[in-house]
Amino acid sequence: MLALTENTSPNRQLAKFFIIAFAGVAALMLTLHYAGRTLSGGSSDVSAVDEAANSISILLRDEPPQLDSSRATDAISGMVLGHVMEGLVRMGLDSRLEGAVAKDWEVTPTKATFWLRDNAKWNDGEPVTAADFIFAWQTALKPETASEYAFLLFAIKNAEAVNKGALPASALGVSASDPYTLVIELERPVPFFDKMLVFPTFYPIREDFYEATNGRFGADADQLLYNGPFQISRWVHGSSMTFERNPHFWNQDEIHLDTIHVPYITSDGTASLNFFKDGRIASTGLQAENLTEAMRMGWQIRQHRDGTVFFLEFNHRPGRLTDNLNLRRAVQAALDMEEMVYKVTKLPGYEPGVSLFPGWLMGVSAPLREEHPPQKVVPNLAAAKDHLAAAMQELNLSEPPQLVLLAGDNPISNIQSEWVQQSLKAKLGIDVKIDKQIFKQRLAKMTSGDFDLVLAGWGPDYNDPLTFGDLFASWNKNNRGRYNSPALDALIEIAQTRLEPAVRMRAFGDIQQHLIENAVLLPMYERGVTYVVDPRIRQLKRRVIGPDPDVSRAYIDTSGE
Amino acid sequence: MLRYFAKRLVLGLVTIWFIASATFFGMHAVPGDPLAGDKAVTAQIRANLEAKYGLDQPLGTQYLIYLGNIAKGDFGISYTQENRRVNDIIREHFPISATLGILAIVFAGLGGVLWGALTALYRNRWSDVVIMFLVILGISVPSFVVAAISQWSLVGLNVAAGTTVLPIGGWGSVWHMLVPALVLGLSTMAYLTRLMRSSMLEVVSTDYIRTAKAKGMPATQIFSRHQLRNAILPVITVLGPAIAGITTGGFVVEIVFAIPGLGRYFVQAIQQLDYTVIMGTTVFYGAFLVFMVILVDLLYGLVDPRVRVDQ
Repeated sequence: MLALTENTSPNRQLAKFFIIAFAGVAALMLTLHYAGRTLSGGSSDVSAVDEAANSISILLRDEPPQLDSSRATDAISGMVLGHVMEGLVRMGLDSRLEGAVAKDWEVTPTKATFWLRDNAKWNDGEPVTAADFIFAWQTALKPETASEYAFLLFAIKNAEAVNKGALPASALGVSASDPYTLVIELERPVPFFDKMLVFPTFYPIREDFYEATNGRFGADADQLLYNGPFQISRWVHGSSMTFERNPHFWNQDEIHLDTIHVPYITSDGTASLNFFKDGRIASTGLQAENLTEAMRMGWQIRQHRDGTVFFLEFNHRPGRLTDNLNLRRAVQAALDMEEMVYKVTKLPGYEPGVSLFPGWLMGVSAPLREEHPPQKVVPNLAAAKDHLAAAMQELNLSEPPQLVLLAGDNPISNIQSEWVQQSLKAKLGIDVKIDKQIFKQRLAKMTSGDFDLVLAGWGPDYNDPLTFGDLFASWNKNNRGRYNSPALDALIEIAQTRLEPAVRMRAFGDIQQHLIENAVLLPMYERGVTYVVDPRIRQLKRRVIGPDPDVSRAYIDTSGE
Repeated sequence: MLRYFAKRLVLGLVTIWFIASATFFGMHAVPGDPLAGDKAVTAQIRANLEAKYGLDQPLGTQYLIYLGNIAKGDFGISYTQENRRVNDIIREHFPISATLGILAIVFAGLGGVLWGALTALYRNRWSDVVIMFLVILGISVPSFVVAAISQWSLVGLNVAAGTTVLPIGGWGSVWHMLVPALVLGLSTMAYLTRLMRSSMLEVVSTDYIRTAKAKGMPATQIFSRHQLRNAILPVITVLGPAIAGITTGGFVVEIVFAIPGLGRYFVQAIQQLDYTVIMGTTVFYGAFLVFMVILVDLLYGLVDPRVRVDQ
């Protein structure tokens, strides 16, 4: 009996406690509800596609780190800026260069002239003039701006001297003969100068607005002046953004959507897929493990190669084992990249690497790799062993050497480095020690040369084979293995300075051949992405150069598939 | 009381200074270069960047400048988000982490006390077994799994209902907070449940409970005045550090549920060697933790008169 009463009363007590707790939580949540609203400015529950509002919503992987176009370097800032700003030229939906603020242009070996359209306007209704471009480029070059991509402007006369602080910004070789004519003097002939102008560094900035922001240019939605198809109407850092159609944009006919929402910012792939399934976002990337589910759902899976090439880079510094050509060729003949891509990593959309130059680069009139096909490296175990024997003799080694492979610390990189380790051990008896490092530490070791082999990659900065072609020039700081060959340097100089497209493309073909013959690097794969798009959306464009994805020209079509 | 508080405060400041110094030198000792990106830059651009962030000064000078700025409450400009001040990052994102954290702590604290008391009362009965099984699960399953599963379940729920029952992520209303806060507080709740249960069982067999029973005190009063109040002490002890832990440990939950909290910046800054953000968030969180511990010690005195804080 006693036990019973002892239990029931505390039960009542607990029930009371529970009710009070519940009421307390409810009150707290109500408070948070209002506090939360004031904190982040409203709810983010918008639909993937809203026909009535003529809006779509997409997800960003990360907060755009830098919306000051003179300093932006990364893909996410590039994507956002590509929707709200417009440069002199842009990449069209057919991936060809087309006029944007410029209606016409002409590039000669000594200068480039751009004729601006007089109806291009800022979102406050003021016209976009040549002065806005001059100011933007001078700003990017000023030493105190400390822009990392200032080097893109170095083709312009005096640009490097301005960046050093040796000359004032006004000495930069750009001038406006009238508000709508921009004349650029070139330091040296640059055959692809107009193609470089799609990059954000070349977007216009209006001086009076820039000065009025007191150093906070691009830090918030109202700290930017827009001349693109959209303007940022709301930006809650790390949380959400809203792009609204810019009523002053000159080319309204090409723009269909009224609003683009970015309700979520997260780098989590699974979360992104969940938002897509829940009807919150119009497109999501797919990871390998999601493909079966995507097929079961009947989604139309699309592929896009993002333009980046990944390769195994050797350390060519004198004294390093990998400075030995026979050793490099042994590794080259032993590794089968098709096996790695198709049987080991098995990632959808990935293509085995055959050249430093990815397949999308254009030559004179066809893709570069069609005009100058790379020599195919066939895995050959006997040849690999011969090369290894020769290398051991040259290096005075009695047994196969031990090599250090520097790699990033992520799942894909782990699989690949273990594959390299296992293949070289099984085929050649070479011991590979994997040195796994996170991003910044890996970069530090690459720069100081603390490796034999490194898993590296390269993405393009502009739409010309030179963005890959000069990577192994002796003077290029991104040549982390310090490969140094006068023969290769001579070929790169031809590609840099000659104007005739056929001559340049032949030079790129020769560079490609040189890199393969000397096993300077081993191309591993070209990266691909798989993704799905809401079937009601048309003209969502994935790009290698320019904003990716580009929904600035997208529209909603509900007429069916 | 006041003297004790002042003493603790001074000691706290010394602790924060130590945290700041250790972080500063530790951070600079880590190999890697905060200014390095995927692409190498020319020597001139590099020099311009170094000058901008004061990295061209000797380390000792940098340290003094840092300390001076921190004393003024200025953490400088982020390396990765180049036109945002670290103060703004903390100001904008900490309230979000804190809101989520408070809710998670409330869930954890109330739930822990409730379930703990319940399991102690029903010791070795089926409800005890079931709850303790869930507790072990809650402690051992990592939060990214719980977060992913709960989000996946929410998608299933919304699809099945044909409407949005609960948002699966994002931030803005209390409905966005509910599930993330539960997920965030889950392991703490499980831990507190276990702590509360064992502490309740310990109290129940003490002399003063037996005395209270013997003098015929109503069971309700024994439970609330003696048992619960005595048993809750260890729970309060761990609550202080748990609050700091929850508000900082929200990284995974923030990423999965797309919540713009400070945890994200805290973790990403370290990965990217963003010196100013590392310093800002670490010193801020360090100060927060120190403050919480002091607060809990003071609270202790209120809950348990035997603990006199001024001794």
